[in-house]
Amino acid sequence: MNSQTTDAYSVDGGRSLVLTLRHTAKIAFVRGGVLPWFLVIAVLLLTSSTDSFLTTSNLSTVARQSTYLILAAMAQMVVLLTRGLDLSIGTMFAMSSVTTSMTMVALWSGEGSAWFAITIGCLAGMATTIAIGALNGIGVAVFRVPPFVMTLAMSSIVAGLAFYVTGGTPVYGMPAGFSNVFGYGKLFGVSVPVIITAALILLMFVFINWTRMGRYLYAIGGNPKAADLSGINTRMYLFLTYSLAGVITGISTLLLTARLESGESNIGVEYPLMSIAACAIGGVSLFGGVGRLGGVVLGAIFIILVQNGMNLLQLNSYLQMVAIGILLILAVVADNYRQKLLLTMND
Amino acid sequence: MRVEGISKRFPGTLALDKVSLDVRASEVHVLFGENGAGKSTLIQIVAGVHRPTAGKIFLNGREEVMNSVHHARELGVSAVFQEFSIVPQLTVQENLFLGSEMMRGPFLDKARLHRQAEETLTRLGFPLKPNQLVMYLSRAEQQMVEIAKAFRTKPSIMILDEPTASLTERETDRLFALIETLKEEGIGVIYITHRMNEIERIGDRITVLRDGKLVQTLQVADTNQQQLVELMTGRVIDQVFPEVMSHPGETLLDIRNMSIAGQVVNKVSMHVRAGEIVGLAGLVGSGKSDIGRACFGVGKVTSGKINFYGEAVFDSERKVNLLKPRAMLDRGLYYVPSDRREEGLAMMLSVRENMSLSSLALPKFSDRLFLRRKSERKIVAEISEKLALSPFNIERTVEHFSGGNQQKALIGKALVRIERHKDRIGGPGGEAPQPSGDGRHLERPIEHITGGAQQKVLIGKALVRDVKLFIFDEPTVGVDIGARMLIYRAMRDLCETGAGVLLISSDLPEILHLAHRTYVMYRGELRTELSQEETTEQNVLKYFFEGVDDQ
Repeated sequence: MNSQTTDAYSVDGGRSLVLTLRHTAKIAFVRGGVLPWFLVIAVLLLTSSTDSFLTTSNLSTVARQSTYLILAAMAQMVVLLTRGLDLSIGTMFAMSSVTTSMTMVALWSGEGSAWFAITIGCLAGMATTIAIGALNGIGVAVFRVPPFVMTLAMSSIVAGLAFYVTGGTPVYGMPAGFSNVFGYGKLFGVSVPVIITAALILLMFVFINWTRMGRYLYAIGGNPKAADLSGINTRMYLFLTYSLAGVITGISTLLLTARLESGESNIGVEYPLMSIAACAIGGVSLFGGVGRLGGVVLGAIFIILVQNGMNLLQLNSYLQMVAIGILLILAVVADNYRQKLLLTMND
Repeated sequence: MRVEGISKRFPGTLALDKVSLDVRASEVHVLFGENGAGKSTLIQIVAGVHRPTAGKIFLNGREEVMNSVHHARELGVSAVFQEFSIVPQLTVQENLFLGSEMMRGPFLDKARLHRQAEETLTRLGFPLKPNQLVMYLSRAEQQMVEIAKAFRTKPSIMILDEPTASLTERETDRLFALIETLKEEGIGVIYITHRMNEIERIGDRITVLRDGKLVQTLQVADTNQQQLVELMTGRVIDQVFPEVMSHPGETLLDIRNMSIAGQVVNKVSMHVRAGEIVGLAGLVGSGKSDIGRACFGVGKVTSGKINFYGEAVFDSERKVNLLKPRAMLDRGLYYVPSDRREEGLAMMLSVRENMSLSSLALPKFSDRLFLRRKSERKIVAEISEKLALSPFNIERTVEHFSGGNQQKALIGKALVRIERHKDRIGGPGGEAPQPSGDGRHLERPIEHITGGAQQKVLIGKALVRDVKLFIFDEPTVGVDIGARMLIYRAMRDLCETGAGVLLISSDLPEILHLAHRTYVMYRGELRTELSQEETTEQNVLKYFFEGVDDQ
């Protein structure tokens, strides 16, 4: 961004307005990270290059579309904070979508109230992701399998099962009520997924900043040994963390399944990468111990925003994948640069 | 070598302000100052890590600009930093020659590598094997590797940043002998230390820095301790070590015939009582650290008995083993690890988060569901103030503090466990479950309990508190004199308000001045127990080494 600033500034400082401005920009960059810049640039570009971007209907679409990724990114975040990684988030989506829909289809006769089937279906879906998360947790915490290997292997296992059970075809025939409420429903003009996500963000915020376990996540990721010696049961908390990731992903899956109106064994493929990207762009360290929830939420919104913009510009969806990948790398590069600046500055 | 008018500005601060100094051939030039005075910045500039904002560096009369550490090394400036630059996954010899491996054609000449590594290590007298993996070495041994690495080449200027911080007396002697040899070979040495006796032993000239400015350069022979400390701190300091009253009470920790896996410790018996500081001295590798760690549940105890506060927490015969950090913390034993970076602190978290980490479950920091962040901030700020944390910003990440202040955070982490919230003194009850017994004194911060009041507390006794015994493992490694004083005073307060303190240390003066009783370890065995009167330098050293007085 401003590679000469360092040199320019080290010549006995404060010579001109330009230098002062640069310095201010530098401080803003160091404080706030890359995300605000990314967001501003994206909004400016999209507003100027399309007519429809800055409209209420489009922005509310962005908000609703963001919900699934925001939730997935929050799940990824708690794991990343502990110096872990969850690559099985994608197949959690697939498997849980399948179990939810199959359960509902099996329990619903097609007439009368469907709420029993819906409730049990949702519970089955949640049970699926929680079980997968718990298994990840056991592997990582008890058997000390590196998170990368554990969750990668788990994603293969789960994806295989999901395809085996469904034969790869979508599961149709869920009660319409499920989709009408959780997929397309509105409350006071705001779509239900957005309300649920907002509530969960609030809960997560309290969890991360105001509870002991929230603090412990940072400590475990920051220095596992120190955490151990501080009397923290790191194994138990690791287990709980992966299970929690399962819980959050489960809720996201239910919302997405409701929206799709079918159980799909091939959804969620992009979520591991996208959730990690949202976290990285949002300032979560991939080495554990650092990151804020606000950044993660904004990071997820940013990605959806870019996707939305690219759709409006009618950019080829394969090229969109290219763009997301590039953004991820850029974000990490910019963050490294930020860390470097941070070290040269004192406060 | 000569540096002139060196300044270094980091945005927001002037780390160095027009500092000039020269290093002659065959001299040891000591840099002296508190943590954060600019010593490290200065040597980092000289060694090519940072570039100065202003000022010039001359080598043998020629002006040079150091672009990198590598470049500096080519110009003959070699440095041993406090931060290690060794690769844990490689062996000692691989580390020694990292970046300048000997080749035979396109292949590594491993035989020569091994031979040369062995030669270097023997010359330095370091008891290391070239084939050992660095990750299995202790911190002191890693430090040796680091030193050996710098000695591998023949520099004209050698920079040593607190090289003895984790070395024992004997290893230090070897290093000093080596520095003498360097001097004879015409090498100039820049030496950073906080230890007075080292300055007197090997220093020729000394430069004192304070707040980034040069205070004075003096001949070591013309100075004394008092003067140096005054120059460094800018104020008169009466005494580094406080007087600690001892009122031994009931036995807190009672170890009988304890052995630790891997023969590190064999059949050791010792005890620590409330209201006394017990020293545990010995060379690196004598097993002294392992005893403290084992009692806290780190490392495997194979046989023997350990009682804590009357309760059997380990008994190999009755198959009792309750040794786990969480369990021991709950029982009231707190262990302060020696390696703050590896085991003590989460470097990317703030001082506040670090200090409260092991005490978050206590009612003053959280109720059943949520953290009490206000109370947390307050308590941490109080402790930090008492320890004179500088800069005084508890939200700053630990990483960005100097070593001494990081150590304060580590000590503070132990202290917050017992610190009570001032607001609660005599306040309406019921806000949090109060410990039974004589709760009044507990509510008061220890700093306020002085003199006669202490006596009353001690007579009142039976203190019900969260921590009954503190184990400090090398609490002042790499810490300047100001921070040391504060840490010692904190220990005194702990002891005089009725806690037991086990002080594990390689720093002899510390043991001599603070401990009421001292155990000396030698190669995993307990050599002796000395009373305060018997604890003299000669006496302790006698038991440190093999051959002398071998019973």
